[in-house]
Amino acid sequence: MANIKELSKNPERVTGGHRLCAGCGAGIVARQTLLAAGNTPVVVTSATGCLEVSTTIFPYTAWKSSFFHSAFENSAATCSGIEAAYRSLKKQGKVTEDIRFIAFGGDGGTYDIGIQSLSGAMERGHKILYVCYNNEAYMNTGIQRSGATPRGAHTTTAPSGKVHQGKEQNRKDLTEIMAAHGIPYAAQAYVGNWNDYVTKVQKALAANGPSFINVLTPCRLGWAYKPEDTMTLNRLAVETCIWPSYEVENGIYKINVKPKEKKPITEFLKPQGRFKHLFKPENAPILEQIQKEVDAKWELLQKKVEIFSKA
Amino acid sequence: MIKTVYPKGRLVAKTGNEVMAEAMRQIEPDVVAAYPITPATEIVQIFSQFVADGIVKSEYVAVESEHSAMSATIAASAAGARAMTGTSSQGLSLMWEMLYIASGLRLPIVMAEVNRAISAPINIHGDQSDTMGARDAGWIQIYSENSQEAYDNMIQATKIAEKAKLPVLVTTDGFIISHCMEVVETYPDEDVKNFIGEYKPDRYLLDTKRPYTLGSIDLQDYYFEHRWQLAQAMRDAKDIVLEVAKDFENTFGRKYDLYEKFMMDDAEIAVVVIGSTAGTAKVVIKELREKGIKAGLIKIRVFRPFPAETIVKDLANVKAIAVMDRSDSCSGTYAPVYSDVVSALYAAGITGPKAINYVYGLGGREINTEHIAAIYDKLGKIASGAEKAFTGIEYVNVRF
Ligand SMILES: Cc1ncc(C[n+]2csc(CCOP(=O)(O)OP(=O)(O)O)c2C)c(N)n1
Ligand code: SF4
Repeated sequence: MANIKELSKNPERVTGGHRLCAGCGAGIVARQTLLAAGNTPVVVTSATGCLEVSTTIFPYTAWKSSFFHSAFENSAATCSGIEAAYRSLKKQGKVTEDIRFIAFGGDGGTYDIGIQSLSGAMERGHKILYVCYNNEAYMNTGIQRSGATPRGAHTTTAPSGKVHQGKEQNRKDLTEIMAAHGIPYAAQAYVGNWNDYVTKVQKALAANGPSFINVLTPCRLGWAYKPEDTMTLNRLAVETCIWPSYEVENGIYKINVKPKEKKPITEFLKPQGRFKHLFKPENAPILEQIQKEVDAKWELLQKKVEIFSKA
Repeated sequence: MIKTVYPKGRLVAKTGNEVMAEAMRQIEPDVVAAYPITPATEIVQIFSQFVADGIVKSEYVAVESEHSAMSATIAASAAGARAMTGTSSQGLSLMWEMLYIASGLRLPIVMAEVNRAISAPINIHGDQSDTMGARDAGWIQIYSENSQEAYDNMIQATKIAEKAKLPVLVTTDGFIISHCMEVVETYPDEDVKNFIGEYKPDRYLLDTKRPYTLGSIDLQDYYFEHRWQLAQAMRDAKDIVLEVAKDFENTFGRKYDLYEKFMMDDAEIAVVVIGSTAGTAKVVIKELREKGIKAGLIKIRVFRPFPAETIVKDLANVKAIAVMDRSDSCSGTYAPVYSDVVSALYAAGITGPKAINYVYGLGGREINTEHIAAIYDKLGKIASGAEKAFTGIEYVNVRF
């Protein structure tokens, strides 16, 4: 468990003055990630996307640690290249410090175009933490669907119209795909519970091998809600179990935040413009289907916890 | 035949791939990230064995694709490591996006590239379509005529890259050089290490005392300047290549230039070519010279930066020139080397020589002394006015 008093003494390594939208979840995640790293020297990489574009407008930068971006699909390959350089230079005594490596990527850069390089880096066992700041669409290019976009959401490439009602497929379960790589630490987190997130980052950075955190980060533009509701909205994601907060540590599943009472998914969907069309009477079956899928996945997750805690 | 020119040199029998791997062993980069592709596979395979045997202290990253190979190489270089990779054809194509990033970020990466045709149709044999396709990527491109040159070029490339702050690729012709055994003179490890020196980057990501941001977004207010700086670095690289060649000659006794002139002093007809075919052409020229025909050859070693200013001086007094391209641009007009040569001549106000374009050897199609003799024969007729110069591309040894 993270301690807020100690945390407040840690250096701020992502500064204000970046150009992310007010209320953007990605900025909060970046700041909390580096806060969690404390005084440990880190090198950060990022995929192309909102986070990178908004924090590095030349000649300015919001990053006080070394930061590197090169392309959209390769944050993991990039981070593994830096980590390989570190291992080589350390062996030769040219670098003496203990440095940690953190890769960021949006859901597009992670679930879709970047999954190959991410999977490769995890399989090769580079000691890096990959954080997917997951706002469930390609926000930087104007809210297109991604493999992380949930069923029913309206996006600019899966719009709701006369015939189609937003995205018609389920999102892929990347956290499970990453856990299946057998890495020491994989987790799902959310903005709106600093303690849960910071603890996960600290565990991930301490892991002896690759680690992965999939963190839900609302996008006030893409999700269409009031900027001040970022935290509330994400807590609703966990309370409705549409986005459970859990971790897989050395193969052991654990649900980190168990809702006292499981709320209906409509509480999460209703405040967001991207789901507005689902509340038309004729779209009730879609809402039902989403609820069913969420229930089934939640059941399955609980079963996994049971099985793996006994193992 | 290769002779020792360095007192401590050693003659060994090696293929182009073996000798490139040998150069890599001696350079001992901090990181090599690579993905296999014929005919370049052996290079990284041999190198990974060096790593496995503890002969080098490099980190070998066996990535899952060429895109990641170049991404990791770029990142390792940005992190402060000497970083190398090797590839060919489809691999280089998959790196395309990252090639521009390597040069745009001014990273001194060295790549061993084995020239191979590009799909489709799939073909594993040698032509230069792959690297010619990357000619605008801001990489210095050095082509080798044989294994000796491949070895020497790799060693020089390391120094050139670090001085010019530009990535460099060194090529051999697929199978013709990569898989053929030749006698090569290698130099002692220590002397190679002394020649390239220690790598001391000005700024690097692992220097946590001086953290910095690399790969920022550049808007209308800076991007143009950065791209101009890159283009300027390429222009300036000509002198750096020559400087390193001079050092190399002083150290190891082998002389290199941006391009090689063979019997050009009084040449009336000349061929311009890149890579192993230059060797074949030299044989033809010697025969022609015996018959009193004033034939010459220009072998381009450094294709990027293109040595336009000097090449035109050497071609100014030739009556007819054939530029031989081992790739085609599908531009509707001419192939890449021809376009560069002719635009250089025209820009220098030289319109005397008749310049014609031959495309040859695609997908490893044979090119022999007879083909080249026929080209010189044609040049002779054009030079004497007996025949008109053709204006399209002439395709050598192809069935229509
Ligand atoms: C190869 C390539 N394809 C497409 C793009 C255009 N592009 C840049 S960012 C982006 C979407 C980013 O989405 P995501 O990863 O979800 O991050 P977000 O913008 O939401 O922060 C796209 C499609 C690109 N830069 N490179
Ligand atoms: S568009 Fe969305 S993800 Fe991008 S900066 Fe704004 S809120 Fe953040």
